[in-house]
Amino acid sequence: MSQNNPKDEHDKPLVSYRKITKSFGDRTVLKELDLDVYPGEKIALIGPSGSGKTTIARLLMTLEKPTSGTIEVEGEMLWLMPRKGKLVPANEKHLHRVRSKIGMVFQHFNLFPHMTIQRNVTEALVHVLKIPKSEADERAMRMLERVGLQEHTNHYPSQLSGGQKQRVAIARALVMQPSVMLFDEVTSALDPELVGEVLDVIKGIASQGEMAMILITHEMDFARDVADRILFTDGGVIVEEGTPEQVFQNPQSPRLQTFLSRFLNGSSDGRTGSRVAAGAEQ
Amino acid sequence: MEWLSLDLLPPLLRGFKITLLLTLCSIAVALCCAFLAGLARISKYAWLRGVATAYVEVFRGTSLLVQLFWIYFALPMLLDIQFSALAAAVLALGLNYGAYGSEVVRSSILSVPRGQIEATIALNMTVYHRMRRVILPQAWSMMLPGFGNLQIELLKGTSLVYLITLTDLTYQGMMLRSYDLSRTAAIFAWLLILYFIAAYALTLFIRFAERRAAAGRG
Amino acid sequence: MWDWDYAEFILPKLLEVIPAALAAALAGFMLASLLGLPIALARRSRSKWIALPVAAVTEFIRSTPLLIQLFVLVFVFPTSFGITLSPFVAGVVGLGIHYSTYMSEVYRSGIDSVPKGQWEASIALNFGKVRTWTRIVLPQSVPPTIPVMGNYLITMFKETPTLSAIMVVELLMTAKVVGSASFKYVEAFTLVGAIFFLLSYPSALLVRALERRLQRSERRTLLK
Repeated sequence: MSQNNPKDEHDKPLVSYRKITKSFGDRTVLKELDLDVYPGEKIALIGPSGSGKTTIARLLMTLEKPTSGTIEVEGEMLWLMPRKGKLVPANEKHLHRVRSKIGMVFQHFNLFPHMTIQRNVTEALVHVLKIPKSEADERAMRMLERVGLQEHTNHYPSQLSGGQKQRVAIARALVMQPSVMLFDEVTSALDPELVGEVLDVIKGIASQGEMAMILITHEMDFARDVADRILFTDGGVIVEEGTPEQVFQNPQSPRLQTFLSRFLNGSSDGRTGSRVAAGAEQ
Repeated sequence: MEWLSLDLLPPLLRGFKITLLLTLCSIAVALCCAFLAGLARISKYAWLRGVATAYVEVFRGTSLLVQLFWIYFALPMLLDIQFSALAAAVLALGLNYGAYGSEVVRSSILSVPRGQIEATIALNMTVYHRMRRVILPQAWSMMLPGFGNLQIELLKGTSLVYLITLTDLTYQGMMLRSYDLSRTAAIFAWLLILYFIAAYALTLFIRFAERRAAAGRG
Repeated sequence: MWDWDYAEFILPKLLEVIPAALAAALAGFMLASLLGLPIALARRSRSKWIALPVAAVTEFIRSTPLLIQLFVLVFVFPTSFGITLSPFVAGVVGLGIHYSTYMSEVYRSGIDSVPKGQWEASIALNFGKVRTWTRIVLPQSVPPTIPVMGNYLITMFKETPTLSAIMVVELLMTAKVVGSASFKYVEAFTLVGAIFFLLSYPSALLVRALERRLQRSERRTLLK
């Protein structure tokens, strides 16, 4: 658990989703979703695939536009901006400013294959934050040390393992110092033996506390360890939420019970299953 | 538009007919060459592969116009026979685009999944049966886009036969131009439009064939 | 049938014009590469007022013969627009414009092959549009197209005989002139064919080797 108590009643939410609906064609993946994320809060989103959890992250990163509803980040609308007392569609400049508060790590890393590890991390520092090259290099180095990759700075992404790539991607997002970080199934594309190293890095970051995190994951044990709050989504709505203890040890809704039991027994993914089992027995 | 006047059209259409005839005959020859050479290049007989590869590389490695001139001017001298300009043109265009087409045939056949071949072996089909009933029908739909591009290229290539004095569309245009230089712009505008119409018709035809090949699949 | 002495006699005359053919192909290729990119970008434009007209014009240029386009450049431009181009320049411009429509397709396929994740990562790192294009998308989309571009350079070289219709000093025309002087077409045209083959076939092999190497390295990346 994180050390501070981020969900202070007096805190203003950092991010608020209000009545967010998102449809692709005639398929609705999110239905009137409300969600507040407080500064420093660690939220884990769990749920079956196709339940809309990835869309929640992609909407905040402005990779998707909501069909209806609004998202505010530190009091500013994502897709709308005030002009002459009215809200008008946001321009690039507005999006640019709001995005600077958000970072994201992707399932498939999305490193830039034509740049070295060092340049992957410094590129946005130098060209988006306009930080001098020497200082950017220094910051990148510190960050790569933090994820344990200081020896690979001159390598290209294709020379790294999946776990190493994902750690670079984390460093690349982290070095921009966002207020909220999105982790979108960051271990789903990894070989089982590489999952641990990535999760350890994320746990290390989470323990520092100051940055809010939204973790979309199928690693139940990890979610229990890191998150302050767990949200279970299914069919485009948040079915149940609570502390890890509430959600894992005392699930209320039948859907969550079924979902968790699938991890407990009969799952082909024995590793995750055993982790949840261990968690549930505590 | 005054300068695009229709009185230019009848002589141009006479040439257009030759161009279309030439295109269709050449496409037929090219298709035959493409299938023969394409299949020969994946044959198990090394000599057959060698012959086909030599044909393809020579015709792809030299220019169409050079081949056209060679077949029209040099070949009759070597063999001591006389070609009509049309026959020389069909031969050159057919052989040239057949060489390019053989690559389309070959790569399409090779891209049919290996499992399909294994299934025909498991079902104890003959090699002929396998090709005719299983591999070629699947490869055919993959060949169509490539063939579509090539037939447009072939159509454009027919304009070169004007240089061996075959009375095609381009030739008629140049003739008209020599009667009245002041109408040069109108004549070339008509030429471009007519070639474009022919190309568009060929495109529509290939799209129709693609739709038919795709029917009942996917 | 085949007169070796005669062949030896005309060969130097033929070789003399090779630099001109190579120069025309190379200059045309550079023009096509330069024009191809803006065309590709215009066709991807979100504004229909840009994308559609550019698509229509490029399709028209692509489906009509280069020969006629060359005639337009040398016969129509001087009288209708008052622009007179030397035959060599007209040849280069004609080749360049004609093949820029092919080149734009090459660029387009390169751009389309950049994975969606790269665009998303650029948004997540807050890159602007210009930076996303110049630092992320184009550096990744151009290298894989190099073999295809090499193929077009060879194709354009093989198109240089078409320029003979408007240009006097060109390989095939030289052969025709030296051939018709003595009615010994066999040697002249066979030599021209051989010269083309000797120049284009090794380059084609080179391009294929490049292609294979690129594919291999791509597969390696995919495996990791």
